Amino acid sequence: MSWLSDTLTSTIGRKLVMSLTGLFLIIFLVVHLAGNFQLLADDGGLAFNAYAKFMTSNPIIKFTSYGLYAFILIHIIMSIALAVKNKNARPVGYDKVKGSANSSFSSRNMGILGFIIFVFLVIHLRNFWYEMHWGSIPMDEAGNKDLYAVVNAAFAEWWYVAIYVACMVGLAFHLSHGFSSAFQTLGVNHSKYTPFIKKLGIVYAILIPAAFASIPVIMFFNS
Amino acid sequence: MNLESKIPEGPLAEKWTNHKFNVKLVNPANKRKYDVIVVGTGLAGASASASLAELGYNVKAFCFQDSPRRAHSIAAQGGINAAKNYQNDGDSVFRLFYDTIKGGDYRSREANVYRLAEVSVNIIDQCVAQGVPFAREYGGLLANRSFGGAQVSRTFYARGQTGQQLLLGAYSALSRQVANGKVELFPRTEMLDLVMVDGKAKGIVTRNLVTGKIESHSAHAVVLATGGYGNVFYLSTNAMGSNVTAAWRAHKKGALMANPCYTQIHPTCIPVSGDHQSKLTLMSESLRNDGRVWVPATKELAEKIRKKEIHPNDLSEDERDYYLETKYPAFGNLVPRDVASRNAKYVCDEGRGVNESGKAVYLDFRDAINRDGEDTIAGKYGNLFDMYRQITGSNPYKEPMTIYPAVHYTMGGLWVDYNLKTNIDGLYATGESNFSDHGANRLGASALMQGLADGYFVIPYTIGNYLAGEKYETIGTDHEAFKEAEKAVKDNIEKLLSIKGTKSVDHYHKELGKVIWDYCGMSRTAEGLNKAKDMVKELRADFWKNVKVLGSNEEFNSSLEKASRVSDFLELGELMIDDALHREESCGGHFREEHQTPEGEAKRNDEDFAYVAAWEYNGPEKPETLHKEQLIFENVKLTQRSYK
Amino acid sequence: MKFKLKIWRQKNNQDKGAFKTYELDGVSSDMSFLEMIDVLNEQLIDKDEDPVHFDHDCREGICGMCSMYINGEPHGPLRGVTTCQLHMRSFQDGETITIEPWRAKAFPIVKDLAVDRSAFDRVIQAGGYVSVNTGGTPDANEIPIPKSVADEAFNAATCIGCGACVAACKNASAMLFVSAKVSQLSMLPQGQVERSERAEKMVAQMDEEGFGACTNTGACSAECPKGIDLSNIARMNREYLGAKVGSQS
Repeated sequence: MSWLSDTLTSTIGRKLVMSLTGLFLIIFLVVHLAGNFQLLADDGGLAFNAYAKFMTSNPIIKFTSYGLYAFILIHIIMSIALAVKNKNARPVGYDKVKGSANSSFSSRNMGILGFIIFVFLVIHLRNFWYEMHWGSIPMDEAGNKDLYAVVNAAFAEWWYVAIYVACMVGLAFHLSHGFSSAFQTLGVNHSKYTPFIKKLGIVYAILIPAAFASIPVIMFFNS
Repeated sequence: MNLESKIPEGPLAEKWTNHKFNVKLVNPANKRKYDVIVVGTGLAGASASASLAELGYNVKAFCFQDSPRRAHSIAAQGGINAAKNYQNDGDSVFRLFYDTIKGGDYRSREANVYRLAEVSVNIIDQCVAQGVPFAREYGGLLANRSFGGAQVSRTFYARGQTGQQLLLGAYSALSRQVANGKVELFPRTEMLDLVMVDGKAKGIVTRNLVTGKIESHSAHAVVLATGGYGNVFYLSTNAMGSNVTAAWRAHKKGALMANPCYTQIHPTCIPVSGDHQSKLTLMSESLRNDGRVWVPATKELAEKIRKKEIHPNDLSEDERDYYLETKYPAFGNLVPRDVASRNAKYVCDEGRGVNESGKAVYLDFRDAINRDGEDTIAGKYGNLFDMYRQITGSNPYKEPMTIYPAVHYTMGGLWVDYNLKTNIDGLYATGESNFSDHGANRLGASALMQGLADGYFVIPYTIGNYLAGEKYETIGTDHEAFKEAEKAVKDNIEKLLSIKGTKSVDHYHKELGKVIWDYCGMSRTAEGLNKAKDMVKELRADFWKNVKVLGSNEEFNSSLEKASRVSDFLELGELMIDDALHREESCGGHFREEHQTPEGEAKRNDEDFAYVAAWEYNGPEKPETLHKEQLIFENVKLTQRSYK
Repeated sequence: MKFKLKIWRQKNNQDKGAFKTYELDGVSSDMSFLEMIDVLNEQLIDKDEDPVHFDHDCREGICGMCSMYINGEPHGPLRGVTTCQLHMRSFQDGETITIEPWRAKAFPIVKDLAVDRSAFDRVIQAGGYVSVNTGGTPDANEIPIPKSVADEAFNAATCIGCGACVAACKNASAMLFVSAKVSQLSMLPQGQVERSERAEKMVAQMDEEGFGACTNTGACSAECPKGIDLSNIARMNREYLGAKVGSQS
């Protein structure tokens, strides 16, 4: 299997890993968002709590979620490995660099944007995911953990909402390059389809983070 | 000295085939016992290195550039000729041979030229097999275009970058042999002397251009593929680094220099814009397929254009003089280069030139764009138009280009026999560095053909004939001859560095260029040449007294590199003048005003000058000795070249 | 025109190097960038100072030798040109121009602005060719190639190996250079035989030389004097991954 380790440690192989894990996370975001929308249902959080219960107890979902954790970690670790390699490829930098002349802001700052998302992830997981699994959360009327109340409490704090929104902006920039870049790395570059993929990537990068951000904003004003 | 051309016996069309059969062969197992040095990695050098290494010889390849891929063959734009007759328009090996001999104004060897035409077809096959992306028709077959001096379409091309694509093909073949361990590559290394042992070339002395280290390299044979000497003019279309040093140092070791006065002035270059100019840029001759050359009909109109009072687009048909079409109805804008250049000079001398300098004529695409549309023209010449626009700041889609002749190619070079061997045993010269195939004028798209013919298909056969008779043992670089050559090289460098004068190397180069351009350029007179000879002598003397070369040998030192090259140009310049002076006729690129037809065309003197003038070096500041190789024409009739 | 030139000076590979600033007056807008440096060098020689060393040769934008990083961009602010084809009319009178060498671990500095790009040669040596010996090749018209394919291969083949892609890339990646050659030969019928082996070997050599990875910023293609397209990189990714997965060993 040395060919596999050869492949995955080559620059192209590492990018392939970034691309595949990235695409998986892109799909995950849609699923996650669909769930989040239940926060807006006018039922005191019953639907959302039931959904949260399902997501933490269904064996298939559970299995998938381990994959998700792994992918997030691989995406992060690989990006660090690549960043180190890339840094080494230019030990002495330029005095003056005019990056804006030849490339987009996002494409040049995927690492920083990724770091913002990482920080968000830590906060986010600590507040909700950790609480859901190991925290002491009261039960709702239907006998499910009342995660809704936890979320609602968090989204009542203006600073929490502000951080959330800011991080979604970071995510938007990350996605605006990451979406189409993932396809390019996979070798999908076609005169007919690439323009569409690029547009779709931009639409996705705006729509999904905006939708995510809208939830805490709405809940903040409702509270 | 008896110059033996070694032309094989037999009918013209069978000479090369017979010769290939008759040459001695080296057993495949023994080829690895022979080392060959190839200096230069352009079309001729890279193709020779690759082909010799494929055969099994151990090759050492040298170039002064940082990579073999950068040799100046890369800049050839228009195309490469081959007698494929894919167009069914009457081409044949004999026609290509005939056109080349006639284009060269009957000053080349029949046998060499015929061989060139014969192997031309193999070159295209070879290049396509290497993955050279030639232009193609919609049906998937190769496309051709027509070129100056021919009435058939036999030029293969890759947009305006044919030289680049062919060179990258040869470079890839070379790279493959480097990977195979059969070629050792020496980039940023310049040959500074030839080493001879018992009258045979046995190696070279080089300078590492980064560290300054002087090194010796021993081999069984040395191939010089070092290009032409057009940079003697300072302003030329050659690369900045193109030089005569390797060839000239070989000349000083006894190799004869043939026809040095034959220089080609290319008609379609971007005109000079000021004193700062460091080089001239050529616009491919292929532009003459669709562009029409003209100047204003009268001096008055030209004057107004120069002062920018009127715009060329505003001139009516009557006010335009399409002088090539009028004067040469059969060939029109596609007359050979020398004719096109000279006529541009004439109209400018008459005061009808344009641009602020008055030294430019128009090349107009208006009619072609109206006929075929801008897209078609852009498809054919897009990159050339862009380049023109880049350099001049003017848009050739909207207004006519301005062009003027510039030095482009040197037909003269080291004298070689039919085997491409110089008069020194073991020393070969290929491509532009030899004199052999183009006579007094080279046709467009023939330089690429010759470089690759020599490297891929000629030298691999002929060098074996010589090596087969050589012992396997190499002479060590500790041999006295190497030590002496190294010392001479070091002394020369020391001398240059110790002058510590006041004038830069470029100053001398520019001065020399001006003298040669003015008196030994597009047209020459005995009076001017005599004057120029004194001027060059004086300049050379001054150079060795007052040149300023900074720094030391043991570093990357661009001034030192240039100084060494310019010192050789200063000697070559005088020989060019001598050669031009002695040749009392006009032929091809050599136009002596004293010898012209009543219509102002070159007038040859076949009675007295149908020979190759090969010059022998006799020592510093001594006149060189002229040797003549009579040219025998058995298959073509010598006629006054006419393109009317 | 008048300029302030901030130029990287470094005597040799071992030297630390530093910027030095020069004032230059009397520059014509018709001069090429290199001719402007020529003028500076003549003045330096006049003052017994070591002239600025830089690589250059053909000065018509095709040899790929010139390599200056000007005001934060390889080959300067203009698109589709090399340094030698950049003219001073592209600059403002009185401007300060910063000139640096290509910066990459794989391109060590030789002197001042000249760098060693032999890494590119080694990448080509790893497989950037079709293994045909001289002679014995079939007739050139034996295999028809669709014009669109030939044109596309040509576009990739126009790479001049100057290294601007590496210089422009924030990761000093050579993907555009390598992919141009991989693409050219993978598209042509002549290149099919060694197609997968070529992609594997060239990529391995590229990594070996210490170039960075591709982040798909597109800076390489934007700065490429020959406009080599980013789709070549995608094609190389395909070729490479396909080769790795599909090959027998």
